[in-house]
Amino acid sequence: MAIFKEKHYFRVRLDKETDESLWMRCKSCGELVFKRKVREHNNICPHCGEYFFLTARERIESLIDEGSFEDISEPIMADDPLSFRDSKPYLQRIEEAQEETGLADAIIIASATICGVPVVLGVMDFRFIGGSMGAVMGEQICHGMEEAIVRRCPFVLVSSSGGARLQEGIFSLLQMAKTSAVRNRLAQERLPYISVMTYPTTAGVYASIASLGDIIIAEKGAMIGFAGRRVIRNTIAEELPSNYQTDAFALEHGLIDRVVNREDLCEELGKVLGFFVEAQ
Amino acid sequence: MSDEKTLDLLEAKIQELRELNKTDGIDLSHEITPLEKKLEKLREELYADLSDWERVKIARHPQRPYSLDYIQQIFTDFYELHGDRLGGDDRALLAGLARLEGQPVVLLTQQKGRTTEENKERYFGMTRPQGYRKAKRTMALAERFSFPVISLIDTPGAYPGLEAEELNIGGAIAENLSAMVMLCAPIVAAVIGEGGSGGALAIGVADRVIMLENAIYSVISPEGAAAILWKEKERTKEAAVALALSAPHLLELGVIDEVVPEPLGGAHKQPEKTAAALKESLLRHLGEVSAMSIEELLAARYKRYRTIGRYRTLQTTDEDETS
Repeated sequence: MAIFKEKHYFRVRLDKETDESLWMRCKSCGELVFKRKVREHNNICPHCGEYFFLTARERIESLIDEGSFEDISEPIMADDPLSFRDSKPYLQRIEEAQEETGLADAIIIASATICGVPVVLGVMDFRFIGGSMGAVMGEQICHGMEEAIVRRCPFVLVSSSGGARLQEGIFSLLQMAKTSAVRNRLAQERLPYISVMTYPTTAGVYASIASLGDIIIAEKGAMIGFAGRRVIRNTIAEELPSNYQTDAFALEHGLIDRVVNREDLCEELGKVLGFFVEAQ
Repeated sequence: MSDEKTLDLLEAKIQELRELNKTDGIDLSHEITPLEKKLEKLREELYADLSDWERVKIARHPQRPYSLDYIQQIFTDFYELHGDRLGGDDRALLAGLARLEGQPVVLLTQQKGRTTEENKERYFGMTRPQGYRKAKRTMALAERFSFPVISLIDTPGAYPGLEAEELNIGGAIAENLSAMVMLCAPIVAAVIGEGGSGGALAIGVADRVIMLENAIYSVISPEGAAAILWKEKERTKEAAVALALSAPHLLELGVIDEVVPEPLGGAHKQPEKTAAALKESLLRHLGEVSAMSIEELLAARYKRYRTIGRYRTLQTTDEDETS
């Protein structure tokens, strides 16, 4: 079933739970844990505290005031400008990711309130081709920032991305410049942009929009960096420390402002936003 | 290219005949002329329809002219400015003042090394955060004194290494992208060899982007794409084609403004001729963008980047209508 095929863009709603499995095994401690309990704790293992991935929907739920969500994404989906084919055609890859995630691409743009502060919120979904940034994500991020300008409210972006969408070639690279361009508009309008880096925020997304926040907050356990371990091993064969590209590494070297636990992220955002805007 | 050697041999033989013709006073011109014609035809056939992979090889050819070779031929009074003012000076990205037909410009150039020694100093042309920050502060100089910026791009990519990560290479690249979109000075960028991903784009946001005919510009190297997307190193050629990384393809896709022709076989065959063509193109584009008011220029540059990318627009349907 190609869910986006009939030229329809389905607005995301939060009240539909699709996953009905009851139990899951923690990849860290190996315990069999009750899935609902994991969800209630923002996908943190109740046994050992390991963070599991949050889908974009789950991330949004964990951050915003209940009932404040509205999907304001642009109704767009990926094109295939290079007729790209690796082990499978690009558009087939897109369709499969859409079926898996129920999303049109790797990001949702929402209007919501966080601790009473109205924001435009962009949240990436790593399940969708590694959260990679192609023309759709680039356009959505720009749209989100422009909506924030229209609504005179802060922009919050939660990154979870391996980098550029390689299947879109040069167009994916240029999304780095595109998002950076529009970011300047927010600054000119003196509207705050809070960048939240989660696991992982790397390569093209780290080297563009995610690093341009007025405030940059990393979630504990985030991976932040440009060149992965394998790339460095293959090109310059350098010894790397065990904390390479971790949240602690990023904090120690001044790449980010703060590291925050997942369970505290909502409150922390409320606190930061409060310095810039009054809650409603 | 396997046949390139054969043609070089043939050329050497013709040269021998020419010398014989001169020194011994024997008239061999009726022998030489057809041979020369034959050689030219063979060259044209060999290079007529270069595949993207062949262009990758030319772009990386060890004899390909590098930035400093072009600077000597195109600019006068190159006055290098060192350092990022934050603790370092990168030798893979050079910055400075220079004159183009008398007009002062700020020059940003990525420079590869030819010898092992040079490559050590220049990190094989891979720019480090110190380089990007030097570029940024030099662009601020350009803005302050209304000098246009000319950027010559030639890098396999930003330097992947521990020190670069510690110095926030991603932040350095991002800051440049943001600054260049807003810079109150005309910017013309030319990819002269390898345009390696974010490492190239970080000095490549411009009013005009031109490319030498056999230069490449890509989000990832063909080797990297083969490893990540195909999970097979051997698929490099296929990846090069799929990425559409050659100048003619990028012109067709509308992401660059002009392809500057190279002599048959590549820039290294006739570096002076290539430099002359590059100079002509740089002057023409610089002339055009310099004629615009700074407001027009910034508006056009913003539009160029705001609108980049292709996607499909759908009709909206509320999700509950599906259930």
